[in-house]
Amino acid sequence: MKKLINDPADVVDDALRGMAAAHPELRIDAEHRVVFRGDAPVAGKVGLVSGGGSGHEPLHGGFVGLGMLDAACAGEVFTSPVPDQMVAATQGVDAGAGVLHIVKNYTGDVMNFEMAAELVAAESGTEVVAVVTDDDVAVQDSLYTAGRRGVGVTVLVEKLAGAAAEEGRPLAEVAEVARRVNGQGRSMGMALTSCTVPSAGKPTFDLPAGEMELGVGIHGEPGRRRVPVAPAREVAEMLLEPVLADLDFTGGDGVLAFVNGMGGTPLLELYVVYAEVQAVLAKAGVTVARSLVGSYMTSLEMAGCSVTLLKVDDELIRLWDAPVRTPALRWGV
Amino acid sequence: MAALDTDALGTWVREYARAVTEHREELTELDSAIGDADHGTNMHRGMTAAVAALDATPPADAAALLKTVAMTMISKVGGTSGPLYGTFFLRMSGALDDGSPAAFAAAFRAGVDGVVARGKAELEDKTMVDALLPAADALTAAVEAGQELDAALRAAADAAATGRDSVTPLVARKGRASYLGERSAGHVDPGAASAVLLVEAAATTLPGS
Repeated sequence: MKKLINDPADVVDDALRGMAAAHPELRIDAEHRVVFRGDAPVAGKVGLVSGGGSGHEPLHGGFVGLGMLDAACAGEVFTSPVPDQMVAATQGVDAGAGVLHIVKNYTGDVMNFEMAAELVAAESGTEVVAVVTDDDVAVQDSLYTAGRRGVGVTVLVEKLAGAAAEEGRPLAEVAEVARRVNGQGRSMGMALTSCTVPSAGKPTFDLPAGEMELGVGIHGEPGRRRVPVAPAREVAEMLLEPVLADLDFTGGDGVLAFVNGMGGTPLLELYVVYAEVQAVLAKAGVTVARSLVGSYMTSLEMAGCSVTLLKVDDELIRLWDAPVRTPALRWGV
Repeated sequence: MAALDTDALGTWVREYARAVTEHREELTELDSAIGDADHGTNMHRGMTAAVAALDATPPADAAALLKTVAMTMISKVGGTSGPLYGTFFLRMSGALDDGSPAAFAAAFRAGVDGVVARGKAELEDKTMVDALLPAADALTAAVEAGQELDAALRAAADAAATGRDSVTPLVARKGRASYLGERSAGHVDPGAASAVLLVEAAATTLPGS
Protein backbone atom coordinates (compact mmCIF):
# COMPACT_ATOMS: atom_id res chain seq x y z
CA MET A 1 0.00 0.00 0.00
CA LYS A 2 1.35 3.40 -1.01
CA LYS A 3 -0.50 6.28 0.63
CA LEU A 4 0.31 9.82 1.67
CA ILE A 5 -0.35 9.23 5.33
CA ASN A 6 1.57 9.14 8.60
CA ASP A 7 -0.11 6.21 10.29
CA PRO A 8 -3.28 4.38 9.17
CA ALA A 9 -4.74 4.86 12.66
CA ASP A 10 -4.36 8.66 12.44
CA VAL A 11 -5.71 9.31 8.93
CA VAL A 12 -9.00 10.92 9.98
CA ASP A 13 -7.54 13.08 12.76
CA ASP A 14 -4.60 14.18 10.62
CA ALA A 15 -6.93 15.13 7.73
CA LEU A 16 -9.18 17.12 10.08
CA ARG A 17 -6.11 18.99 11.37
CA GLY A 18 -5.30 19.81 7.77
CA MET A 19 -8.84 21.02 7.10
CA ALA A 20 -8.71 23.22 10.17
CA ALA A 21 -5.42 24.71 9.03
CA ALA A 22 -6.57 25.26 5.44
CA HIS A 23 -10.01 26.62 6.30
CA PRO A 24 -9.93 29.09 9.17
CA GLU A 25 -13.52 30.01 8.28
CA LEU A 26 -14.57 26.61 9.67
CA ARG A 27 -14.46 25.53 13.29
CA ILE A 28 -13.31 21.99 13.84
CA ASP A 29 -14.09 20.10 17.02
CA ALA A 30 -11.17 17.68 16.99
CA GLU A 31 -12.40 15.73 20.01
CA HIS A 32 -15.77 14.90 18.42
CA ARG A 33 -14.50 14.98 14.85
CA VAL A 34 -17.11 17.51 13.79
CA VAL A 35 -16.60 20.22 11.16
CA PHE A 36 -18.72 23.28 12.02
CA ARG A 37 -19.52 26.45 10.12
CA GLY A 38 -17.45 29.11 11.82
CA ASP A 39 -20.58 31.14 12.61
CA ALA A 40 -22.74 28.22 13.82
CA PRO A 41 -25.32 28.30 15.28
CA VAL A 42 -26.77 30.81 12.80
CA ALA A 43 -29.60 32.74 14.44
CA GLY A 44 -33.07 31.85 13.16
CA LYS A 45 -31.80 29.25 10.72
CA VAL A 46 -32.57 25.54 10.61
CA GLY A 47 -29.33 23.64 11.25
CA LEU A 48 -28.22 21.04 8.71
CA VAL A 49 -26.13 18.14 9.99
CA SER A 50 -24.76 15.29 7.95
CA GLY A 51 -21.95 12.86 8.35
CA GLY A 52 -20.71 9.46 7.46
CA GLY A 53 -17.62 7.40 7.14
CA SER A 54 -14.48 9.19 5.98
CA GLY A 55 -12.98 8.37 2.61
CA HIS A 56 -15.67 10.14 0.55
CA GLU A 57 -14.12 13.61 0.61
CA PRO A 58 -15.11 16.31 -0.04
CA LEU A 59 -18.36 14.76 1.30
CA HIS A 60 -19.36 15.78 3.99
CA GLY A 61 -16.91 18.17 5.67
CA GLY A 62 -16.13 19.91 2.39
CA PHE A 63 -19.76 20.97 2.11
CA VAL A 64 -19.89 22.85 5.40
CA GLY A 65 -20.44 26.56 5.02
CA LEU A 66 -22.89 29.20 3.87
CA GLY A 67 -25.71 27.70 1.82
CA MET A 68 -25.00 24.06 2.65
CA LEU A 69 -24.27 22.18 5.89
CA ASP A 70 -23.84 23.66 9.35
CA ALA A 71 -21.92 20.65 10.61
CA ALA A 72 -20.52 17.36 9.38
CA CYS A 73 -19.44 14.37 11.48
CA ALA A 74 -16.46 12.37 10.28
CA GLY A 75 -16.39 8.66 11.07
CA GLU A 76 -13.49 6.28 10.63
CA VAL A 77 -12.80 5.41 7.00
CA PHE A 78 -15.99 3.85 5.56
CA THR A 79 -17.47 3.55 9.06
CA SER A 80 -20.42 5.55 10.32
CA PRO A 81 -19.68 8.20 12.94
CA VAL A 82 -20.96 7.48 16.46
CA PRO A 83 -23.98 9.01 18.23
CA ASP A 84 -21.80 11.19 20.54
CA GLN A 85 -20.50 13.03 17.47
CA MET A 86 -23.96 13.56 16.03
CA VAL A 87 -25.25 14.82 19.37
CA ALA A 88 -22.37 17.32 19.60
CA ALA A 89 -23.02 18.46 16.02
CA THR A 90 -26.78 18.76 16.53
CA GLN A 91 -26.45 20.75 19.75
CA GLY A 92 -23.74 22.91 18.22
CA VAL A 93 -25.88 24.06 15.27
CA ASP A 94 -29.26 24.36 16.97
CA ALA A 95 -30.34 28.00 16.95
CA GLY A 96 -33.86 27.22 18.06
CA ALA A 97 -35.28 26.52 14.59
CA GLY A 98 -34.60 22.78 14.70
CA VAL A 99 -32.06 20.53 13.01
CA LEU A 100 -32.22 18.41 9.86
CA HIS A 101 -30.16 15.23 9.75
CA ILE A 102 -29.18 14.18 6.24
CA VAL A 103 -28.39 10.47 6.40
CA LYS A 104 -27.19 8.18 3.62
CA ASN A 105 -29.01 4.86 3.62
CA TYR A 106 -26.46 2.50 5.09
CA THR A 107 -27.43 0.32 8.04
CA GLY A 108 -24.73 1.77 10.32
CA ASP A 109 -25.38 5.40 9.44
CA VAL A 110 -29.12 5.04 9.93
CA MET A 111 -28.71 3.22 13.26
CA ASN A 112 -26.22 5.70 14.69
CA PHE A 113 -28.25 8.76 13.59
CA GLU A 114 -31.37 7.16 15.12
CA MET A 115 -29.57 6.63 18.41
CA ALA A 116 -28.29 10.22 18.29
CA ALA A 117 -31.79 11.58 17.69
CA GLU A 118 -33.04 9.57 20.69
CA LEU A 119 -30.23 10.97 22.84
CA VAL A 120 -30.89 14.56 21.70
CA ALA A 121 -34.59 14.14 22.44
CA ALA A 122 -33.76 12.83 25.91
CA GLU A 123 -31.33 15.65 26.69
CA SER A 124 -32.86 18.75 25.14
CA GLY A 125 -35.87 20.15 23.39
CA THR A 126 -34.15 20.38 20.02
CA GLU A 127 -36.45 19.29 17.23
CA VAL A 128 -34.70 16.85 14.87
CA VAL A 129 -36.00 15.58 11.54
CA ALA A 130 -34.03 12.99 9.58
CA VAL A 131 -34.10 12.55 5.81
CA VAL A 132 -32.50 9.38 4.47
CA THR A 133 -31.10 9.41 0.94
CA ASP A 134 -31.46 6.24 -1.15
CA ASP A 135 -30.94 6.99 -4.83
CA ASP A 136 -28.74 4.13 -6.03
CA VAL A 137 -30.64 2.20 -8.70
CA ALA A 138 -27.91 -0.46 -8.75
CA VAL A 139 -29.67 -2.07 -5.79
CA GLN A 140 -32.52 -3.87 -7.52
CA ASP A 141 -34.24 -5.84 -4.82
CA SER A 142 -34.94 -3.29 -2.09
CA LEU A 143 -37.28 -5.68 -0.28
CA TYR A 144 -34.61 -8.29 0.45
CA THR A 145 -31.70 -5.95 1.02
CA ALA A 146 -30.93 -3.00 3.28
CA GLY A 147 -32.58 -0.92 0.54
CA ARG A 148 -31.10 1.42 -2.01
CA ARG A 149 -27.91 3.14 -0.97
CA GLY A 150 -27.52 6.87 -0.57
CA VAL A 151 -25.05 8.13 -3.16
CA GLY A 152 -24.75 11.15 -5.50
CA VAL A 153 -28.10 12.69 -4.68
CA THR A 154 -26.82 13.34 -1.15
CA VAL A 155 -24.59 16.13 -2.48
CA LEU A 156 -27.59 17.69 -4.21
CA VAL A 157 -29.78 17.36 -1.09
CA GLU A 158 -27.11 19.12 0.97
CA LYS A 159 -26.92 21.98 -1.54
CA LEU A 160 -30.65 22.42 -2.16
CA ALA A 161 -31.90 21.93 1.41
CA GLY A 162 -28.97 24.10 2.53
CA ALA A 163 -30.15 26.91 0.27
CA ALA A 164 -33.71 26.53 1.56
CA ALA A 165 -32.48 26.76 5.16
CA GLU A 166 -30.38 29.82 4.27
CA GLU A 167 -33.59 31.53 3.10
CA GLY A 168 -34.87 31.17 6.65
CA ARG A 169 -37.52 28.59 5.85
CA PRO A 170 -38.89 26.41 8.70
CA LEU A 171 -37.69 22.88 9.43
CA ALA A 172 -40.73 21.17 7.89
CA GLU A 173 -40.18 22.97 4.56
CA VAL A 174 -36.42 22.38 4.52
CA ALA A 175 -37.02 18.68 5.21
CA GLU A 176 -39.62 18.61 2.44
CA VAL A 177 -37.10 20.01 -0.05
CA ALA A 178 -34.64 17.32 1.03
CA ARG A 179 -37.23 14.56 0.66
CA ARG A 180 -38.39 15.84 -2.71
CA VAL A 181 -34.82 15.98 -4.04
CA ASN A 182 -34.15 12.44 -2.86
CA GLY A 183 -37.42 11.24 -4.40
CA GLN A 184 -36.68 12.87 -7.75
CA GLY A 185 -33.03 11.80 -8.01
CA ARG A 186 -31.47 8.55 -9.19
CA SER A 187 -27.85 7.42 -9.51
CA MET A 188 -25.72 4.62 -10.87
CA GLY A 189 -21.97 4.15 -10.50
CA MET A 190 -19.12 2.07 -11.87
CA ALA A 191 -15.52 1.27 -10.92
CA LEU A 192 -12.41 0.59 -12.95
CA THR A 193 -10.27 -0.22 -9.91
CA SER A 194 -10.75 -1.03 -6.24
CA CYS A 195 -9.90 1.22 -3.33
CA THR A 196 -7.66 0.41 -0.37
CA VAL A 197 -8.87 1.15 3.16
CA PRO A 198 -5.76 2.41 5.02
CA SER A 199 -6.26 0.13 8.03
CA ALA A 200 -6.79 -2.90 5.78
CA GLY A 201 -3.70 -2.18 3.70
CA LYS A 202 -4.83 -3.96 0.58
CA PRO A 203 -7.49 -3.49 -2.09
CA THR A 204 -11.07 -4.10 -0.93
CA PHE A 205 -11.87 -6.22 -4.00
CA ASP A 206 -10.10 -7.75 -6.96
CA LEU A 207 -11.01 -6.44 -10.35
CA PRO A 208 -9.17 -8.13 -13.24
CA ALA A 209 -7.36 -5.79 -15.64
CA GLY A 210 -9.92 -5.98 -18.42
CA GLU A 211 -13.06 -5.72 -16.30
CA MET A 212 -15.14 -3.05 -14.63
CA GLU A 213 -17.76 -3.25 -11.87
CA LEU A 214 -21.11 -1.83 -12.90
CA GLY A 215 -23.33 -0.50 -10.11
CA VAL A 216 -20.51 -0.31 -7.56
CA GLY A 217 -21.16 1.30 -4.18
CA ILE A 218 -19.05 4.03 -2.64
CA HIS A 219 -17.34 1.60 -0.26
CA GLY A 220 -16.30 -0.82 -2.95
CA GLU A 221 -19.48 -2.87 -2.47
CA PRO A 222 -20.09 -4.88 -5.58
CA GLY A 223 -22.75 -3.80 -8.00
CA ARG A 224 -24.98 -5.45 -10.53
CA ARG A 225 -22.37 -7.17 -12.62
CA ARG A 226 -18.86 -7.26 -13.98
CA VAL A 227 -18.40 -6.48 -17.62
CA PRO A 228 -15.43 -5.97 -19.95
CA VAL A 229 -14.02 -2.43 -19.91
CA ALA A 230 -15.78 -0.39 -22.61
CA PRO A 231 -15.41 3.04 -24.22
CA ALA A 232 -16.87 6.02 -22.28
CA ARG A 233 -19.72 6.19 -24.81
CA GLU A 234 -20.91 2.72 -23.86
CA VAL A 235 -20.26 3.26 -20.15
CA ALA A 236 -22.51 6.34 -20.22
CA GLU A 237 -25.25 4.25 -21.81
CA MET A 238 -24.82 1.45 -19.28
CA LEU A 239 -25.06 3.90 -16.37
CA LEU A 240 -28.01 5.87 -17.73
CA GLU A 241 -30.10 2.95 -18.96
CA PRO A 242 -31.18 1.79 -15.45
CA VAL A 243 -31.51 5.40 -14.24
CA LEU A 244 -33.84 6.37 -17.09
CA ALA A 245 -35.76 3.10 -16.69
CA ASP A 246 -36.40 3.83 -13.01
CA LEU A 247 -37.95 7.28 -13.33
CA ASP A 248 -39.32 9.37 -16.17
CA PHE A 249 -36.95 12.32 -16.58
CA THR A 250 -38.48 13.72 -19.77
CA GLY A 251 -40.53 16.89 -19.94
CA GLY A 252 -40.94 19.46 -17.20
CA ASP A 253 -38.09 21.84 -16.52
CA GLY A 254 -35.45 19.23 -17.25
CA VAL A 255 -32.77 17.73 -15.06
CA LEU A 256 -29.64 18.49 -13.15
CA ALA A 257 -27.02 16.10 -14.53
CA PHE A 258 -24.20 15.24 -12.16
CA VAL A 259 -21.14 13.26 -13.25
CA ASN A 260 -19.18 12.38 -10.15
CA GLY A 261 -15.63 11.05 -9.94
CA MET A 262 -14.90 8.21 -7.50
CA GLY A 263 -11.53 9.62 -6.45
CA GLY A 264 -9.04 8.08 -8.87
CA THR A 265 -10.43 9.31 -12.17
CA PRO A 266 -9.09 12.55 -13.68
CA LEU A 267 -11.42 15.43 -14.50
CA LEU A 268 -10.35 15.01 -18.15
CA GLU A 269 -12.08 11.62 -18.21
CA LEU A 270 -15.10 12.90 -16.28
CA TYR A 271 -15.68 15.48 -19.03
CA VAL A 272 -15.35 12.73 -21.64
CA VAL A 273 -18.10 10.89 -19.76
CA TYR A 274 -20.18 14.05 -19.38
CA ALA A 275 -20.18 14.64 -23.14
CA GLU A 276 -21.51 11.12 -23.66
CA VAL A 277 -24.09 11.53 -20.87
CA GLN A 278 -25.36 14.73 -22.49
CA ALA A 279 -25.63 12.91 -25.84
CA VAL A 280 -27.54 9.96 -24.38
CA LEU A 281 -29.91 12.34 -22.59
CA ALA A 282 -30.53 14.35 -25.75
CA LYS A 283 -31.43 11.16 -27.59
CA ALA A 284 -33.77 10.15 -24.74
CA GLY A 285 -35.53 13.51 -24.85
CA VAL A 286 -34.20 14.69 -21.51
CA THR A 287 -33.27 18.37 -21.23
CA VAL A 288 -30.32 19.34 -19.05
CA ALA A 289 -31.06 22.48 -17.02
CA ARG A 290 -27.94 22.42 -14.81
CA SER A 291 -24.83 20.28 -14.55
CA LEU A 292 -22.14 19.39 -12.07
CA VAL A 293 -18.92 17.60 -13.04
CA GLY A 294 -16.19 16.68 -10.59
CA SER A 295 -15.16 14.40 -7.73
CA TYR A 296 -17.59 15.32 -4.95
CA MET A 297 -18.40 11.96 -3.40
CA THR A 298 -15.44 9.68 -3.63
CA SER A 299 -14.41 6.23 -2.57
CA LEU A 300 -10.78 6.84 -1.60
CA GLU A 301 -8.62 6.23 -4.69
CA MET A 302 -11.16 4.16 -6.60
CA ALA A 303 -11.17 4.92 -10.33
CA GLY A 304 -14.62 5.23 -11.85
CA CYS A 305 -17.61 7.50 -11.83
CA SER A 306 -21.29 7.77 -11.07
CA VAL A 307 -24.08 9.58 -12.84
CA THR A 308 -26.93 11.23 -10.94
CA LEU A 309 -30.01 12.75 -12.55
CA LEU A 310 -32.36 15.00 -10.61
CA LYS A 311 -35.68 16.27 -11.97
CA VAL A 312 -35.73 19.99 -11.31
CA ASP A 313 -38.31 22.77 -11.38
CA ASP A 314 -38.10 26.54 -11.03
CA GLU A 315 -37.77 26.33 -7.28
CA LEU A 316 -34.96 23.75 -7.31
CA ILE A 317 -33.11 25.66 -10.03
CA ARG A 318 -33.32 28.82 -7.94
CA LEU A 319 -32.03 26.93 -4.87
CA TRP A 320 -29.23 25.40 -6.95
CA ASP A 321 -28.14 28.84 -8.21
CA ALA A 322 -28.29 30.37 -4.72
CA PRO A 323 -24.96 31.43 -3.19
CA VAL A 324 -22.81 28.74 -1.61
CA ARG A 325 -19.47 29.10 0.14
CA THR A 326 -17.89 25.83 1.24
CA PRO A 327 -14.43 24.31 0.69
CA ALA A 328 -15.69 22.17 -2.22
CA LEU A 329 -18.60 24.12 -3.75
CA ARG A 330 -18.63 27.88 -4.00
CA TRP A 331 -20.42 30.27 -6.28
CA GLY A 332 -22.48 33.43 -6.17
CA VAL A 333 -20.60 34.91 -3.22
CA MET B 1 -22.60 -12.80 45.88
CA ALA B 2 -23.37 -15.65 43.54
CA ALA B 3 -21.01 -17.06 40.95
CA LEU B 4 -21.54 -14.41 38.30
CA ASP B 5 -20.05 -11.42 40.01
CA THR B 6 -18.24 -8.40 38.63
CA ASP B 7 -14.96 -10.31 38.41
CA ALA B 8 -16.48 -13.18 36.47
CA LEU B 9 -18.17 -10.92 33.92
CA GLY B 10 -14.99 -8.84 33.68
CA THR B 11 -13.06 -11.98 32.80
CA TRP B 12 -15.63 -12.75 30.09
CA VAL B 13 -15.35 -9.26 28.60
CA ARG B 14 -11.54 -9.39 28.68
CA GLU B 15 -11.51 -12.81 27.05
CA TYR B 16 -13.81 -11.49 24.32
CA ALA B 17 -11.49 -8.53 23.76
CA ARG B 18 -8.57 -10.93 23.51
CA ALA B 19 -10.47 -13.16 21.07
CA VAL B 20 -11.51 -10.35 18.72
CA THR B 21 -7.93 -9.09 18.75
CA GLU B 22 -6.65 -12.57 17.95
CA HIS B 23 -9.23 -12.98 15.16
CA ARG B 24 -9.06 -9.37 14.03
CA GLU B 25 -7.61 -10.05 10.59
CA GLU B 26 -9.83 -13.05 10.02
CA LEU B 27 -12.96 -10.97 10.80
CA THR B 28 -11.80 -8.19 8.49
CA GLU B 29 -11.04 -10.78 5.83
CA LEU B 30 -14.59 -12.16 6.07
CA ASP B 31 -15.94 -8.61 5.93
CA SER B 32 -13.90 -7.73 2.86
CA ALA B 33 -15.48 -10.66 1.03
CA ILE B 34 -19.08 -9.50 1.57
CA GLY B 35 -18.93 -6.16 3.38
CA ASP B 36 -16.60 -3.22 3.78
CA ALA B 37 -13.48 -4.75 5.30
CA ASP B 38 -13.59 -3.15 8.73
CA HIS B 39 -15.28 -5.56 11.13
CA GLY B 40 -12.12 -6.89 12.77
CA THR B 41 -10.62 -3.41 13.04
CA ASN B 42 -13.80 -1.98 14.56
CA MET B 43 -14.37 -4.78 17.07
CA HIS B 44 -10.72 -4.66 18.11
CA ARG B 45 -10.90 -0.89 18.60
CA GLY B 46 -14.15 -1.06 20.56
CA MET B 47 -13.30 -3.95 22.86
CA THR B 48 -9.78 -2.64 23.53
CA ALA B 49 -11.34 0.68 24.53
CA ALA B 50 -13.91 -1.15 26.69
CA VAL B 51 -11.18 -2.98 28.60
CA ALA B 52 -9.26 0.29 28.99
CA ALA B 53 -12.41 1.94 30.39
CA LEU B 54 -12.86 -0.90 32.90
CA ASP B 55 -9.21 -0.53 33.95
CA ALA B 56 -9.52 3.24 34.31
CA THR B 57 -12.67 3.12 36.44
CA PRO B 58 -13.35 -0.24 38.09
CA PRO B 59 -17.14 -0.73 37.96
CA ALA B 60 -19.15 -0.91 41.18
CA ASP B 61 -21.12 -3.98 40.17
CA ALA B 62 -21.80 -6.37 37.30
CA ALA B 63 -24.51 -4.18 35.77
CA ALA B 64 -22.19 -1.15 35.79
CA LEU B 65 -19.50 -3.25 34.14
CA LEU B 66 -21.77 -4.25 31.27
CA LYS B 67 -22.98 -0.67 30.93
CA THR B 68 -19.41 0.61 30.61
CA VAL B 69 -18.76 -1.92 27.85
CA ALA B 70 -22.03 -0.86 26.14
CA MET B 71 -21.34 2.87 26.25
CA THR B 72 -17.79 2.34 25.01
CA MET B 73 -18.96 0.27 22.06
CA ILE B 74 -21.63 2.84 21.19
CA SER B 75 -19.28 5.80 21.45
CA LYS B 76 -16.10 4.30 19.96
CA VAL B 77 -17.05 1.89 17.22
CA GLY B 78 -19.56 3.36 14.78
CA GLY B 79 -20.75 1.32 11.85
CA THR B 80 -23.33 -1.31 12.72
CA SER B 81 -21.30 -3.29 15.22
CA GLY B 82 -21.08 -0.31 17.63
CA PRO B 83 -24.82 0.21 18.09
CA LEU B 84 -25.62 -3.51 17.91
CA TYR B 85 -23.03 -4.80 20.40
CA GLY B 86 -23.61 -1.65 22.47
CA THR B 87 -27.32 -2.37 22.60
CA PHE B 88 -26.60 -6.01 23.51
CA PHE B 89 -24.49 -5.08 26.54
CA LEU B 90 -26.80 -2.20 27.54
CA ARG B 91 -29.95 -4.36 27.55
CA MET B 92 -28.06 -7.11 29.32
CA SER B 93 -26.91 -4.65 31.95
CA GLY B 94 -30.47 -3.45 32.51
CA ALA B 95 -31.83 -6.98 32.80
CA LEU B 96 -29.15 -8.47 35.05
CA ASP B 97 -31.00 -9.45 38.19
CA ASP B 98 -28.64 -11.45 40.40
CA GLY B 99 -25.66 -13.72 39.85
CA SER B 100 -27.63 -16.89 39.19
CA PRO B 101 -27.35 -18.85 35.93
CA ALA B 102 -31.06 -18.26 35.29
CA ALA B 103 -30.57 -14.50 35.68
CA PHE B 104 -27.60 -14.61 33.33
CA ALA B 105 -29.61 -16.54 30.74
CA ALA B 106 -32.49 -14.04 31.02
CA ALA B 107 -30.11 -11.08 30.72
CA PHE B 108 -28.40 -12.67 27.72
CA ARG B 109 -31.79 -13.07 26.05
CA ALA B 110 -32.67 -9.45 26.80
CA GLY B 111 -29.42 -8.44 25.10
CA VAL B 112 -30.22 -10.54 22.03
CA ASP B 113 -33.77 -9.12 21.90
CA GLY B 114 -32.19 -5.65 21.92
CA VAL B 115 -30.01 -6.54 18.93
CA VAL B 116 -33.05 -7.84 17.05
CA ALA B 117 -35.01 -4.66 17.81
CA ARG B 118 -32.18 -2.29 16.88
CA GLY B 119 -31.14 -4.07 13.69
CA LYS B 120 -34.60 -5.29 12.62
CA ALA B 121 -33.03 -8.54 11.43
CA GLU B 122 -34.78 -11.88 11.42
CA LEU B 123 -33.40 -15.40 11.44
CA GLU B 124 -31.81 -16.33 8.10
CA ASP B 125 -31.18 -12.72 7.12
CA LYS B 126 -27.55 -13.79 7.58
CA THR B 127 -26.48 -11.55 10.44
CA MET B 128 -25.20 -11.87 14.01
CA VAL B 129 -28.78 -12.71 14.99
CA ASP B 130 -28.34 -16.13 13.36
CA ALA B 131 -25.67 -16.94 15.95
CA LEU B 132 -27.17 -15.09 18.93
CA LEU B 133 -30.80 -16.30 18.83
CA PRO B 134 -29.92 -20.04 18.76
CA ALA B 135 -27.37 -19.38 21.52
CA ALA B 136 -30.02 -17.68 23.69
CA ASP B 137 -32.44 -20.55 23.07
CA ALA B 138 -29.84 -23.21 23.91
CA LEU B 139 -28.74 -21.32 27.02
CA THR B 140 -32.28 -20.92 28.34
CA ALA B 141 -33.16 -24.57 27.62
CA ALA B 142 -30.01 -25.91 29.29
CA VAL B 143 -30.37 -23.72 32.38
CA GLU B 144 -34.04 -24.65 32.72
CA ALA B 145 -33.06 -28.33 32.43
CA GLY B 146 -30.89 -27.79 35.48
CA GLN B 147 -27.48 -27.88 33.79
CA GLU B 148 -24.49 -26.11 35.31
CA LEU B 149 -23.81 -22.73 33.70
CA ASP B 150 -20.54 -23.83 32.07
CA ALA B 151 -22.29 -26.77 30.39
CA ALA B 152 -25.20 -24.52 29.38
CA LEU B 153 -22.81 -21.97 27.86
CA ARG B 154 -20.97 -24.75 26.02
CA ALA B 155 -24.32 -25.73 24.48
CA ALA B 156 -24.97 -22.06 23.67
CA ALA B 157 -21.56 -21.61 22.03
CA ASP B 158 -22.09 -24.75 19.94
CA ALA B 159 -25.55 -23.51 18.93
CA ALA B 160 -24.06 -20.14 17.94
CA ALA B 161 -21.43 -21.83 15.77
CA THR B 162 -24.07 -24.05 14.17
CA GLY B 163 -26.22 -20.98 13.52
CA ARG B 164 -23.29 -19.13 11.95
CA ASP B 165 -22.50 -22.07 9.69
CA SER B 166 -26.14 -22.71 8.78
CA VAL B 167 -26.48 -19.29 7.12
CA THR B 168 -23.18 -19.43 5.24
CA PRO B 169 -24.87 -20.87 2.12
CA LEU B 170 -27.67 -18.27 2.29
CA VAL B 171 -28.06 -14.91 0.56
CA ALA B 172 -27.69 -11.94 2.96
CA ARG B 173 -30.80 -9.77 3.40
CA LYS B 174 -29.51 -7.13 5.82
CA GLY B 175 -26.50 -4.85 6.00
CA ARG B 176 -23.93 -4.21 3.32
CA ALA B 177 -23.62 -7.88 2.40
CA SER B 178 -27.21 -7.75 1.13
CA TYR B 179 -26.07 -5.60 -1.80
CA LEU B 180 -24.19 -8.63 -3.14
CA GLY B 181 -27.36 -10.62 -3.66
CA GLU B 182 -26.50 -14.14 -4.80
CA ARG B 183 -22.81 -13.35 -4.51
CA SER B 184 -23.08 -13.30 -0.71
CA ALA B 185 -23.98 -17.00 -0.64
CA GLY B 186 -21.15 -19.28 0.43
CA HIS B 187 -19.44 -16.67 2.61
CA VAL B 188 -19.35 -16.74 6.41
CA ASP B 189 -21.16 -13.73 7.87
CA PRO B 190 -18.61 -11.61 9.79
CA GLY B 191 -21.17 -10.45 12.39
CA ALA B 192 -22.21 -14.03 13.10
CA ALA B 193 -18.52 -14.93 13.39
CA SER B 194 -17.80 -12.24 16.00
CA ALA B 195 -20.99 -13.20 17.87
CA VAL B 196 -19.79 -16.81 18.11
CA LEU B 197 -16.56 -15.51 19.68
CA LEU B 198 -18.66 -13.65 22.27
CA VAL B 199 -20.54 -16.77 23.35
CA GLU B 200 -17.40 -18.90 23.12
CA ALA B 201 -15.62 -16.43 25.44
CA ALA B 202 -18.46 -16.84 27.95
CA ALA B 203 -18.24 -20.64 27.72
CA THR B 204 -14.50 -20.66 28.37
CA THR B 205 -14.47 -18.14 31.24
CA LEU B 206 -17.70 -18.21 33.23
CA PRO B 207 -17.77 -20.63 36.17
CA GLY B 208 -19.93 -23.70 36.43
CA SER B 209 -22.13 -22.89 39.35
